[in-house]
This record gives sequence, structure tokens and C-alpha cells, in this order.
Amino acid sequence: MKKMMAFAKRNIKELVRDPLNLAFSIGFPTALLLLFAAIQANIPVPLYEMISLSPGIAVFGLSFITLFSATLISKDRSTSFLMRLFASPLSSTDFILGYTFPLLPMAIVQSAICFGVAVALGMSWTLNIFLTMLVLIPTAILFVGVGLLAGSLLNDKQVGGICGALLTNFSAWLSGAWFDLDLVGGAFKTVAYSLPFAHAVDAARAALSGNYHEIMSHLWVVIAYALVIMTLAILAFRKKMSSKNN
Amino acid sequence: MTAIQTINLTKRYKTTLAVNNLNLSIEEGELFALLGVNGAGKTTTIKMLCCLSEPTSGDAIVLGDSITKNPFAVKQKTNVSPQETAIARILSVRENLEMIAGIYGIDRETAKEKTQTMIDAFKLNEVAEKKASTLSGGMQRRLSIAMALITDPKILFLDEPTLGLDVLARRELWTSIRKLKGKITIILTTHYMEEAEALSDRIGIMFQGELKAIGTAAELMERAHAKTFEDAFVAFATEPEASK
Repeated sequence: MKKMMAFAKRNIKELVRDPLNLAFSIGFPTALLLLFAAIQANIPVPLYEMISLSPGIAVFGLSFITLFSATLISKDRSTSFLMRLFASPLSSTDFILGYTFPLLPMAIVQSAICFGVAVALGMSWTLNIFLTMLVLIPTAILFVGVGLLAGSLLNDKQVGGICGALLTNFSAWLSGAWFDLDLVGGAFKTVAYSLPFAHAVDAARAALSGNYHEIMSHLWVVIAYALVIMTLAILAFRKKMSSKNN
Repeated sequence: MTAIQTINLTKRYKTTLAVNNLNLSIEEGELFALLGVNGAGKTTTIKMLCCLSEPTSGDAIVLGDSITKNPFAVKQKTNVSPQETAIARILSVRENLEMIAGIYGIDRETAKEKTQTMIDAFKLNEVAEKKASTLSGGMQRRLSIAMALITDPKILFLDEPTLGLDVLARRELWTSIRKLKGKITIILTTHYMEEAEALSDRIGIMFQGELKAIGTAAELMERAHAKTFEDAFVAFATEPEASK
């Protein structure tokens, strides 16, 4: 545990000292909330009311966690630094927890700031905000898992393209955060609901608006995806770490 | 007492035989240099000995523990300064050292003390609070070696520690390495003949995955009938028929 914490501490420093990480994780969602609040002030649309919009922005913001974790791991892999760590007595569990542990508090803080801004912009303050942050934890784990997987398999340039561009766009367009998926319908909606992003947003919206009975019907999909992705990520990382492959 | 004993140590990558039946014995406190041209098997040997790479066959006993059966125990007693400078670039010099101490299970107070000792020993005081990425190549390499030493390893692997350094930085690093002689066992790989000659107690020359010659620099020169150590190296590293 002590060894893992020493490694996790280094990863926290790597994450928080990168100004781009802070800009994307906190600045970008905040800017989006402000922008949509301005639109809402001129042309009121129910989807852009803070209670509907903020869960979508929170999920979108969490997608950047994937970029941070994947970049950190792939950069470590591309240098001899990871070789030095692999020669140390850290176990594969220490590595996986050491990479994961700093990202979860970061995800929670990110959600808290997102909802804090939403309250400042007029959303009612309720205890459901805490429930929503709880409901978003499996989504955070899912995005951390995608980051671990991508970081274990891809180089840092590929990570930038796949996690920075593709995944963030996927989570934006296929989550129903910006527009009602029923408006497009058909195959688009079917694809969207076969992926976890729309379910993550719907679960968070249900929690925030107090429709508790709707939460689990969406959340189980996110939890299932998170479990599968995390398992794949652990297997991929262990394979990279295995001395048989070096 | 023997620090490292390899027993038919072999590594094969698909069709390439990187290390072939290596049988080598290194004594405690010895500074042993492994030489060879690119692809001779030096780095693969180091990777196997510090448990980064599992042998295809054979084994090595490192201070009583097998690298195949008990790699965790081996890792606790050894440390490595890899070929490329292996530092966390965004952390300060002090943070890098404290982090490695923590990863090897050293408690916080002791880690702080050891960090200061390393900073003093490797003349890193002026840059102790600076980001590692801002240091010169020579200083980064000194930090990398200090990071390997802060865990008090009984065996230190230095994989081409002076590669890419200018003459002055190389000489400074030699001084640091000389200070360690006799205190711990050091396995050094290098492409610089004068480095091996100046620092090592014994030298092993690898060629195409096999150990072609082993001995002191003087012994190797005598065996190869060479006037310089470089000539002796060329003789062993290019002529498969050269005897041990």
C-alpha cells in the first residue's frame, strides 16, 4: 500500500501540474456551462436548463479523464522511466491502483465544480447533487479504464487522436448531452443506447431530478461497460508488464 | 562471495537468439563491465538479471535468489539506471529521489534523509528544487544514478551510463562511479573502451549473444596480443574463432 501510494503521489503531481489537464477538466466544462446559460437566457430550451444540461456536461468533462490517464501511461511507456519502475518491487496491482487512484478524486472534484457552476448559474441546490456525483462514479471508472486500456496499447500520439478527438466526440455526440436523441432517432439512437454514454447522462439526469426509480435501469449498463473495460485494461497492462514479453 | 551466477542463461526473441547459454560469475563488490557491439546481448543480459525480461531458458542466482523463481526478492536487492535517462521529468530532483525511495518501501523520514545524502553525494544541491526536465544531460544522468542508489541496492546495473554525455560530464560521472567501487556490486555496459578500462575490475566481451572473453583489461590485451584495449576488443568482438 505504501509503495502504491508513493507511485500514486507522483501521478497526482504529473496530472495537476499540467496546465492543459486543468484547462480541459475544469475550464472547458465551465466554459460550456456559461455558453449554454447565455444561449438559454436568449432562447429558452428545456434541454439547456441547468438541471438537464449539467449532467451531460459532467459526463462530457469526465471523458477528458481518459485522455489524461492514457497520455500519462503512454508517455511513461515511451521512456525508460517505466522500465525503472518495472525493475522495482511494485506489483501489477500497485501499478493499476497507482494510476487509477489519483484520477477518481480528480473526477469527483471535476463533477463538484461542474455542479457548483450550475448552481451559480441558477440551478436549485439540492441533496440530489451528491447523489448524482455518486451515480457518476461508475462513469468515472469507465473513463479511467478506457484510459488505462488505451495507454497500455497505444503510443502517446495515437492516444491524442483516439482519446483526445474520437472518444470525446463520441461521448459528446452519442450521449444526448447537447440534443435530444429522439430528435434523430433510428440507427443513431440505437447506436447511442448500445454505448454507455447516453446511459451515463440519463442516469445522472434521473438522479439530479429526483427520478430515483430510473437511475438503475441506465446505471447498470454503465457499470457493465466499466467492469468489462477495466478488466480488459488490467489484462492489457499486465501483458505489457509481463517479463515474458520484454 | 558470489553476487551473480548465471547458468546457461538464454533469451530468444522469435527467430533471434539474443543471449545464448551465458555462464558468468560476478563477485560481490566487483565492478564488472559488459562490452559488445550493438545487438551483442548486453542490454538483454542486464534486463534478465534485473528481472525485466524472463529468460527463455537457464537461470541466474542473484545474491542467493533465482531470477525466475523469486524475482520479487531480486528486485528488492537490485536497482538499475537504464540506458536512456529514466526520470520523472515534471518532478523536481528532490521529488524524484523521494518517490523512488517510497516505491521501495522506505519510510518518509528516512527517505528525506537519504534524498539529502544523494543530493550532496551527486552535487545536485543547486538544482534540488528544479524540475528534472530543466537539468543538463549530465545532471539528468547523475540524478538517474542517484535514483538507483537511494534504495541501497546490493547490486547496481548501469546500462550505458555515459552515453551521449560530453567529456567533462562523463569524467564527473566516472568520479561518482569510482566512489562506489568496492561498496556495492556494479554491472556496467558501455560502448566506450576507455570507460571500461578505467573503471572495471573485470570485463566481459559479448558477441552475437555469447560471452567471448572475460578477464581484466590487461589479461584481455595479452590474450588478444593487442597493444591497446580497443584492439583487444575488436579482436574478440569480431572474430568468432577468438578463444576465451
